[in-house]
Amino acid sequence: MRRLPGNLRWGIGIVALLGLAALAAPLLAPYDPAEQLDPVAARYRPPGTVLSAVHLADGGWRLADRVERVPDGLGGNGLAVERLGRREVLPESKVVNLEAGGVADRRVFLLGTDRFGRDIWSRMVHGARVSLAVGLLAVALALTLGVTVGSAAALGGPVVDSLLMRTVDALLSFPWIFLMILLSTLFRPGTAAMVLLLGSFSWMGISRLTRAELLGLNSREFVAAARSIGQTPMKILLRHLLPNALTPILVRATLMVGILILLESSLSFLGMGIQPPTPTWGNMVAEGRDALNQAWWIATFPGAALALTVIGFNLLADGLRDFLDPRLDSKDPAMLPPL
Amino acid sequence: MIRFVLRRLAASLLLLYLVLTATFFLVHLAPGSPSMLLAGDQRLPVEQQENLKRIYGLDRPLPVQYARWLSATALGDWGTSFTYQRPVTSVVLDAVPATLLLAFAALLVEQAVGLVFGIMAARRPGSAADHLIRVISLLLFSQPAFWLALMAILLFSLVWPILPASHMYSVGAEDLGRGARFLDLLRHLVLPALVIGLTQAGSVIRYVRASVLDVLGQEYIRAARAKGISERRVVWVHALRNALPPLIQVMALSMGSLLSGILIAEVVFSWPGIGRLTFEAILSRDYPMVLATTAFGAVMTLLANLMADVLHALADPRVRHA
Repeated sequence: MRRLPGNLRWGIGIVALLGLAALAAPLLAPYDPAEQLDPVAARYRPPGTVLSAVHLADGGWRLADRVERVPDGLGGNGLAVERLGRREVLPESKVVNLEAGGVADRRVFLLGTDRFGRDIWSRMVHGARVSLAVGLLAVALALTLGVTVGSAAALGGPVVDSLLMRTVDALLSFPWIFLMILLSTLFRPGTAAMVLLLGSFSWMGISRLTRAELLGLNSREFVAAARSIGQTPMKILLRHLLPNALTPILVRATLMVGILILLESSLSFLGMGIQPPTPTWGNMVAEGRDALNQAWWIATFPGAALALTVIGFNLLADGLRDFLDPRLDSKDPAMLPPL
Repeated sequence: MIRFVLRRLAASLLLLYLVLTATFFLVHLAPGSPSMLLAGDQRLPVEQQENLKRIYGLDRPLPVQYARWLSATALGDWGTSFTYQRPVTSVVLDAVPATLLLAFAALLVEQAVGLVFGIMAARRPGSAADHLIRVISLLLFSQPAFWLALMAILLFSLVWPILPASHMYSVGAEDLGRGARFLDLLRHLVLPALVIGLTQAGSVIRYVRASVLDVLGQEYIRAARAKGISERRVVWVHALRNALPPLIQVMALSMGSLLSGILIAEVVFSWPGIGRLTFEAILSRDYPMVLATTAFGAVMTLLANLMADVLHALADPRVRHA
């Protein structure tokens, strides 16, 4: 086994880490991403905040900076709860989770909280699910469409070829970004619709690439040999052509995962993609934008996670190319980041 | 050549028509109504709504509206903006200079960074510098522009407040002298231009590297070297000149992503250009404005593509007759 190139190792590492985090989101996230225990006391808390959770008999919660047992002034015992510098004394009877030293229930907010007192870390981990799912599924859709159209163009004869490729040319010169913003604002897509939107707008590059690869392979001797022993065109495509064209297509698809995740987040950020309360990195950054002054952590962490994800997929693509086909030089235009 | 350009121009016009028609039906058929029909969160009384709809022709059946819009637009009348209550053309034209300025500044950053790093990398492929530049370019094109913009604001406007975070001029800049006003504009331009330029530069670096590397392997470069021309001159004059046509093509093709970068930057930095206009028009369902700004974006993209095709054809005669 050859030693894996550095970029591939890093790419695999980052993507695997993110994939695991997304899969294990319910385990990694201490709280529900929408959970607001005490929006007043927990709002805009910086990373690393630890609060005591006082459970009230009526089912409500108080999140407190400090809790201590005090006499309640009426002869009984009470609980002094300090929230944002304000002290409030509750009678013992109202508190459910009272213990000898006060309350033992601690709430840790690793990366701080947002405007509604929700835990950024929990939301971020759940956001990873959305981003990765949307990116991967959209690329799967784009791959299916692109490879089908590309194969049809390459093997379907000159008329089909010029018809399909002219269409692709036209589609490629469309100002998609405008239509995409328009569509996603007007129809407020959910996760599935977003996948459909992104996938159906991004297959053209793959179809061009597939066609070019197949045309190159089609004139090779092993394909002629397969044809001469009477294999059907479909079998030649599936058994001989596509497997040999796989590397560049795979590399391009990996690059696209990152790009589509970016696109989805940008739409979310503009308030046009997947809507709250579903946490996405894009809409989290958007919420953080409004509070940049007082709570830098809200925008910073989800955005950093997003950047890391895209870096991961781009490294993976770079590394895959180096590893699978060292001859495929970075000079090959198909292997450069799509514009 | 002229025939080629004309043919492409015709194709572009057809595309423009298709884009606008699609946009027309999308905005009109989409849920939600123009925000002029609302007062705050409440709908206006029905009679007022009907009245407004009649004034703007929104009470007609959609095909009729489409026919009217098409004939008016063909004659150069893009209608009146619901939000601004002014002809759309004048609102758009007012915003064009701001966007062009930002686009130009961003392109400058993008090309400068792209050329310098790309050529440095191509001169010694496989060297430490090449690897470092490869990593830098990857980091750059992996950045979400909207996040980078916020981080720039956080660092340079809030934590270390040396640059303004939004708008094109400071409050009260009208009273400043010409020079001071220009300086004020430049200070506002720095962050958005850097954010767009740097995120775009990532891929430009790779394209420059690839195309310079390609040229450096050619015979005439060896000939130039053999003649004893200095390496610097070989790279920056002989190689770059020959690498330029494909690069200009790349620049033209990247128009789409530049426009989306500009849109995001204009929204984040409250830059009063076409991008922000588009964004607000879509949100407030300002139909005529949406169509006009989409047309602007489409024309820019199509022109850039046309330019790319023409340059390609100039460089490669085979394309012209395809």
